[in-house]
Amino acid sequence: MQLTEKLLSSFLAFELDIDINSSIHNLRTNAIKNFEKLGFPNRKMENWKYTSLNQIIKEDYTVFSKKKNVIDFKRVKDYFIDNIESYKIVFVDGFYDPFLSQTSHDGLDICIMSAALNKPKYSNLINKYFNKSASSEDSLTSLNTAFSKEGVYIHLPKKTVLEKPIEIIHFATGNEAALMLQPRNLIIVEESSEVEIIETHQSLTVNSVFSNSVTEIFAQKNSKVDYYKIQNDVISSSLIDNTYITQKRDSDVKVHTFSFGGRLTRNNLNFYQKTPFINSTMKGLTIIDYDQLVDHHTLVHHSNPNCESHQDYKGIFSGKSTGVFNGKIIVDKIAQKTNAFQQNNNILLDDKSTINSKPQLEIFADDVKCSHGCTIGQLDRDALFYLRARGIPKKEAKALLTYGFANNILESVKIPELKIKIKKIIAKKLGVSLGFDL
Amino acid sequence: MLTIDNLHVSVEGKAILNGINLDVKAGEVHAIMGPNGSGKSTLAAAVAGNESYEIVKGDILFKEENIIELSPEERAHRGIFMSFQYPVEIPGVTVTNFIKTSINSNLKARGENEMPANKMLKKIREKAELLEIDSKFLSRSINEGFSGGEKKRNEIFQMAMLEPSISILDETDSGLDIDALKIVANGVNKLKNKDNAVIIITHYQRLLDYIIPDYVHVLNKGKIAKSGDKGLAHHLEERGYDWIK
Repeated sequence: MQLTEKLLSSFLAFELDIDINSSIHNLRTNAIKNFEKLGFPNRKMENWKYTSLNQIIKEDYTVFSKKKNVIDFKRVKDYFIDNIESYKIVFVDGFYDPFLSQTSHDGLDICIMSAALNKPKYSNLINKYFNKSASSEDSLTSLNTAFSKEGVYIHLPKKTVLEKPIEIIHFATGNEAALMLQPRNLIIVEESSEVEIIETHQSLTVNSVFSNSVTEIFAQKNSKVDYYKIQNDVISSSLIDNTYITQKRDSDVKVHTFSFGGRLTRNNLNFYQKTPFINSTMKGLTIIDYDQLVDHHTLVHHSNPNCESHQDYKGIFSGKSTGVFNGKIIVDKIAQKTNAFQQNNNILLDDKSTINSKPQLEIFADDVKCSHGCTIGQLDRDALFYLRARGIPKKEAKALLTYGFANNILESVKIPELKIKIKKIIAKKLGVSLGFDL
Repeated sequence: MLTIDNLHVSVEGKAILNGINLDVKAGEVHAIMGPNGSGKSTLAAAVAGNESYEIVKGDILFKEENIIELSPEERAHRGIFMSFQYPVEIPGVTVTNFIKTSINSNLKARGENEMPANKMLKKIREKAELLEIDSKFLSRSINEGFSGGEKKRNEIFQMAMLEPSISILDETDSGLDIDALKIVANGVNKLKNKDNAVIIITHYQRLLDYIIPDYVHVLNKGKIAKSGDKGLAHHLEERGYDWIK
C-alpha cells in the first residue's frame, strides 16, 4: 500500500485509539484533510525542486508503533552529552521512556506532549499556543498535526533561567522493519526566561526510520533560546524537521543545526518576528558524504521595524552527496531599519558532490540593510601544501582546513561539553584522531 | 646531507630547472641568488615536494635517500623545512594549534611519543621570545591579517619549533624592514649548528650581511651559472646579474 493511503486509512483508527473527544480533534481532522488534498511534496514544487522524497516514502513504514520497547542506558549512553547535568526527555520508537528521562514540574514544565494534550491543567496554554504558528498549508506539517500525540512540552514561566540544558533524544530501536515517527513539540518560553535545548534523532539499527517532526517555539519578551539540532543519524534514517519560531520584543533565539548523518535531512526553519527589536540567528554546519542529502530551507519573516536576522550556513560535501540551501527573507513594508544578513559558504571535495544554493529576498521596505552571499569552492591547494610541508599528513591537513572553515560555526556553541561532542563527531566523520583542539 | 643531481623540473609542461647540481653538507650555509624567473623558488618547492612541480629528470638525495617520490609530509618528517615566500593564510586555525599539530605529526611519523603539553608550551614561549613574537599573536589564525614581517617571523618561529636538519628559506628577506630582518637573521643564526644546514634563497645580498653563507650560487635560466664564496654575493650587489648572462 502507498504510504499516503496507509496514513489516511490509519487516521480513524489512530483517533479512536487515543481520544476522539480531545480538544484538538478538530485540528487533527482539518490537518488530515489538508494532507489528503496535498499529499507528499514532489519535485515539481519550487520548494522541493532539489529534494525528492520518492525513495523515502516508497518504504512500508509502520505508521504508529504499538509496542513499547525498553532500552538499556548502557546501550545509548554515548548519545547523551558527557559530564553534564541536564534535563532529559527521551523517546523510544515514539514512546516516552521515563527511565532514561529526567523531567521536571518544579515551578515549570519540562515534560511530554501527551500529558499536555490530555490533562485539563494544560488546556489554557494548549489552546493558546498549540498549532498557532505551525503552517496549516504545509502538507508535512499537517500530516504531523493529524498524528500529533507525543513529543516534548516545555513551559518556562516568567523569569525562569534554566541552569541546565534540556536534552531531547528520539531513539528508534529497529523493532519494526521500517518505522515512521512524528514527534510533535511545543516550547513556550515566557518573558525574561532562558533555555538551552539539544535535540537528537538516533536510530540504533539499520532498519529504516522516517521522522517527520514539528516543533513550535514561542519566545516571549526578553527571552533567550539557544537550540542545537544534532543531526548525526545512521544512513538508513531520514528526517524532516519543521520548526516554527515566534518571537516577541527583545527576545533572542539562536538555532544551530549540525548535519552530519542520515540519508535525507530536510530542515524547514521558520522565524516570525511579531514585534520590533528582535534578534534571530541561524547557524548551520553540514558535513556529508556518500549519497547523503541535507536540505536547509530557512524563512525569516521581518514584519516589524528594528529587527535583525543573521544566517550563516557552511557545508562540506564529499562523494555523491548533495546540499541544498534556500534562504528566504521577507521584509514587510512596515519593517524599516531591518538588518538581515545571510551567508552560505560551501566546499565541494569531489567531482560528484553538489550544492544548490539560493538566496530568496523579498524586500518591501526601503530603509533596510540586507545582504546575502554564497560561495562554492574547494580546499585551498596552497594551504594544503603548506600544512603538509610542516609534516601534517594529507588526511589530517584536510581535516585541519575543514575545522578552520567550520570554526566560526563551532564557536557559536555555548555549551563546552556539547562543543567537544560535536568536534568528536566531526573528527570521526573525517577519519582523523583529534590531535589538535580548536 | 642534501645532494641535488642533474635536476630538471617543469611546471605545467614548461621547463623551469634544466639540470641543477648542488651538494650541501651538515654545518653549511648556502645562498642561492639569481634574477627573477631564474628558478630559485622552483628549486625550493621541488625539494619540499610541492606536487605542482614535476620532476622530469634527476634526483634529490637527502641523507643518502632518494626523496623524489616522497610526499611533502614525508620529507618534513625526515627533517626538510621550507620557509615560504608567501605563507598561506588559514582562517580558523591558530598558530599554536598549527604548530602543536605539526610537531606531534612529525614525532608520530618518527615513531616517538607526542610532546607533553607543558613541554610544548615552554618551547613555544622560548622560541617566540627568540623571534620577539608577542604571545597574543600565537592565538591568532595562521597568517590571517599578519603583516609581511609577521608572516616571515612566524615562518622562522616554525623552523625554530621543528628544528629541521635542513632549512630552505625562500625569499625570507622580501617584505621585511631592517629591524625585522635583523630579528629573523638572529633567529636563524641562533638555530644554526654543525649538524644542520641552511639554504637561503634571495634576490638581494642584504640578508647575507647578517647570515654569512659558506657558498653562494647564482642561478640563471634554470641552471647554476656560477658558484663561489660570499665574495660572489658582494660582486653581484655591485654589478647586478647582467654580467652572468
